[in-house]
Amino acid sequence: MANSKSAYSIAGKKQKNDTHIIVVWVDNEAGVLARVVGLFSGRGYNIESLAVAEIDQKENISRITIVTTGTPQVIDQIKLQLKKLVPVHKVADFKREDKNVIFKEMALFKFVANNEKLIKAFKACKNYNPVVLDKTKKSKVIQITALRREIDKMSKNLTKFGLVSVSRTGAVAMTRGSDVFK
Amino acid sequence: MSKLYSGAEIVFKCLEDQNVSHIFGYPGGAVLPIYDELKNFNSVKHILVRHEQGAGHAAEGYARSSGKPGVLLVTSGPGATNAVTALTDAYMDSVPLVCITGQVPTHLIGTDAFQECDTTGITRPCTKHNWLVKDVNDLAEIMHKAFEVATTGRPGPVLVDIPKDIQFQKTKYKNYQKVRKLNGKSHDNFSQKNIDDLIELISKAKKPIFYTGGGVINSGPKASELLRELVYATGFPITSTLQGLGCFPADDNQFLGMLGMHGTYEANNAMYSCDLMINIGARFDDRITGKIDEFSPKSKKVHIDIDPSSINKNVKVDLPIVGDIKSVLTSTLKTLKKSKKNYPKSNKHQISNWWEKIQKWRSKRSLDYIGSEETIKPQYAIERLYELTKDKDTYITTEVGQHQMWAAQHYKFNKPNRWMTSGGLGTMGYGLPAAVGVQIAHPKKLVIDIAGEASVLMTMQEMSTAVQYNLPIKIFILNNEYMGMVRQWQELLHDKNYSESYTAALPDFVKMAEAYGCVGIRAKTPEELDDKIIEMLNTDRPVIFDCLVDKQENCFPMIPSGKPHNQMLLGPKDQKDKKITGKGRTLV
Repeated sequence: MANSKSAYSIAGKKQKNDTHIIVVWVDNEAGVLARVVGLFSGRGYNIESLAVAEIDQKENISRITIVTTGTPQVIDQIKLQLKKLVPVHKVADFKREDKNVIFKEMALFKFVANNEKLIKAFKACKNYNPVVLDKTKKSKVIQITALRREIDKMSKNLTKFGLVSVSRTGAVAMTRGSDVFK
Repeated sequence: MSKLYSGAEIVFKCLEDQNVSHIFGYPGGAVLPIYDELKNFNSVKHILVRHEQGAGHAAEGYARSSGKPGVLLVTSGPGATNAVTALTDAYMDSVPLVCITGQVPTHLIGTDAFQECDTTGITRPCTKHNWLVKDVNDLAEIMHKAFEVATTGRPGPVLVDIPKDIQFQKTKYKNYQKVRKLNGKSHDNFSQKNIDDLIELISKAKKPIFYTGGGVINSGPKASELLRELVYATGFPITSTLQGLGCFPADDNQFLGMLGMHGTYEANNAMYSCDLMINIGARFDDRITGKIDEFSPKSKKVHIDIDPSSINKNVKVDLPIVGDIKSVLTSTLKTLKKSKKNYPKSNKHQISNWWEKIQKWRSKRSLDYIGSEETIKPQYAIERLYELTKDKDTYITTEVGQHQMWAAQHYKFNKPNRWMTSGGLGTMGYGLPAAVGVQIAHPKKLVIDIAGEASVLMTMQEMSTAVQYNLPIKIFILNNEYMGMVRQWQELLHDKNYSESYTAALPDFVKMAEAYGCVGIRAKTPEELDDKIIEMLNTDRPVIFDCLVDKQENCFPMIPSGKPHNQMLLGPKDQKDKKITGKGRTLV
C-alpha cells in the first residue's frame, strides 16, 4: 500500500450491504426511466429488480419500484440523488425486513408434462395464489404471486414437474394499514 | 388574434426575456433557422467560436465571472458531441449553462440521419436536466424552465434539443412568468435549531477551522461578504478549496491558503488536527480529503451546502445544514450577535494556542522554492505576474496541470468571481476559451489565462475568436515543454519513466500569435521577465506570452496518494534543509 502508484486514494473498508426497496414517483414523460436507471448505472449502484407503470393517468404519474442493495451511505445517496432529478416527485425507501410493508412479485410458469405432473405442479403452487391462465392437454401456464425468494425456490423445485419457462416481474411494494406515504 | 412566432423566434424571445445579452455558438445545418433569426434580435449578441467545446468553456467563463447563466448554441450531431466536455466540466464545477442544440427534423429522428445523434441520451449524465422539444407549443415553457433549472439550487448545465422542423413551426408566445418554486428542488431547509447548534459548536471550539469552497462563490458576492464578517467575528483560521479562492482575501492573516493535494502545510495540518471543521459550500472532494479513513480524525464536522446529496456523500458529518450559503450565514451572524454579544472578545484566548500551532506550521513556508538567476522558475513567474497586476481588478483563468496549481498557490485572490479554473473535471484547454467568455462579460477588465503549453494547444483555435471580437485576453504560457503534472507523477511514482509526456515539435508561440493576428512576446530570463510582463499589460490586443520556465520544476507541497493530511511531501528546499528526509519520497 505504501507503494501505491496511483494519484487516487486507496479504497477504504467495505461496509455491510442491505437490501432496500426504493419507490419513486415520477412524471411519466419520455426518457424518465432512462434518467433513473442511468443514475444507478452511472454511479455504480445495483438494481436487483425493477417494476414501473403509470399509476395516475390524470396527473401522468408513474411509480417505479426498485430493489437494490448497498451500504447505508449508498442507500442515502441513492435517495438524495433521485430526489434531485427534475421529474421525480417523491422517493420512499423500505428495508426488505420491514414488517409494515408488503412486497410482492408475480411469476408466470409454463409446464409441459403429462396430466399427472401438471396436477402436481398446480398443487405445489397452492400457497402462492395460483391461477391457471392457459391449459392444453400437455401444458399449463400458471400465475403465482409471492416473495422473491419464494419464486426463486419454486422455479428450482418445479423443474421436476415439467417447468419449461419462467417469466417474472420485479417487486412492487405497498405499506400496510391506512397510512399513505407522502 | 395574437401574432404567431416560429420556433426560432421563440428561442430568441425567451433569451430576451431571460436578459441574455451574449450567446456563444457555431452554426450548422440543424440550427440554421435559429441563426436566420439572429439579425432580428439586436439585444442578443452572438460570439462565433472555432469549436463547440470552446463555446461551452467560454459560456462557463462568462457565467463564473458574472454570476449569470452562460448560453451556447450549437448544431446537431458533432456540434452537440463537441459540447459534451464543456457540459461535463460545468456539471462537475456547478456552473449554470443553457445549451441549445439543433436536432434533425422530428420525422428523421431515429433513422441515423445526417448529423443525427442521440443528444439527450448522450448528455443525460452530464446535465442537471435536458429536453427534446417535440411540440413547438412546449418550446417557450421548456426554454424558461431550462433557465430555472440551471440557476436554482446547486447550479449546473441544462440542454434543450430542438429539431429543425420545430424551429420552423409557428405558435403563439406566452409571456414569461417567473415560477416561484420548482418541483421542490430548491433547498433552504435549515432550521434555527441548526444555527443554534452551529453557534454552540463555534463557542466551544478550541481548534476550529473554516473550510470553504465554490458554493460560497455560487451563492453570490453577498455570501463572500458575510463569510468575511463571520470569519473576522470568530477569529478562526480559514482555508479554501481550489474553487473557493477569492471568497476570502488571500493576503489576510487568517487565511491559511488553499488546502488539499497541493495545499499549504499549515492548511492541511490544521485540517488534520482541528476539533471543529466548518465546511461551507465545499464537497469533500478526493483531492481535498486524501485518505478518507484518516481525514481529520478528531473533529466535529459541520457541512453547509445547498445540495443535500453532497452531505454525507464522502465524509460523514455531525451537523448538516442544507441551505443557500447566503441565507445560512445571514442567520448565523444574526444569532451570533444576539446570543453571544461578547463572544468576539471572549474567544480570542480560547483559540490562542491553536493559532500558535498554526504559526509554527506556517513557519515551514511550504510554498517556498529555490530561486534561480538563470532560468525563470514558474512560481517566480506567477509571483511577478501577481505583483504587476494586483492593483488592477484582474480576472484569471487557467488550464489544467502544474501551472494551475502554481497559480492557485502564488496568485492571491481578494474578490470572488475573479478565478476561473476547471477543478472537478480537470479539463485541459479550459482556460483560453474561458478567458474569451470572461472578457465578453467584462470588456474593460484585464483577463489573463495562466496556461501550460500542452493544455493551451488543445483549444488554441479560440485565439481566432479573441482576435475577431478584439478581446485583449492575455495567454500567459508557462512553457516547460512537458505535460508538467504528468511528468511530475512519472518522476515520483513511475521511476522517472517519462512516457509520452514530452512534447517534441512544439510550435513557435510568438510566430503563432502573429499568424493569428495578435501579439507574441517571449521571456527567457528572470532579468527580462518584468519588462516583458509590463509590455504584455500595455498591449491593448490579445497576447500570447511564451514564458520559458525551468523544465524540471515540480509542484510542492503535495499529499502523496493514499496519505492523510499530516503526511505532506514538502519541496526540495525543505528537503535540502533536512527538515524532511528522503523518507518522504519513499512514502510515495
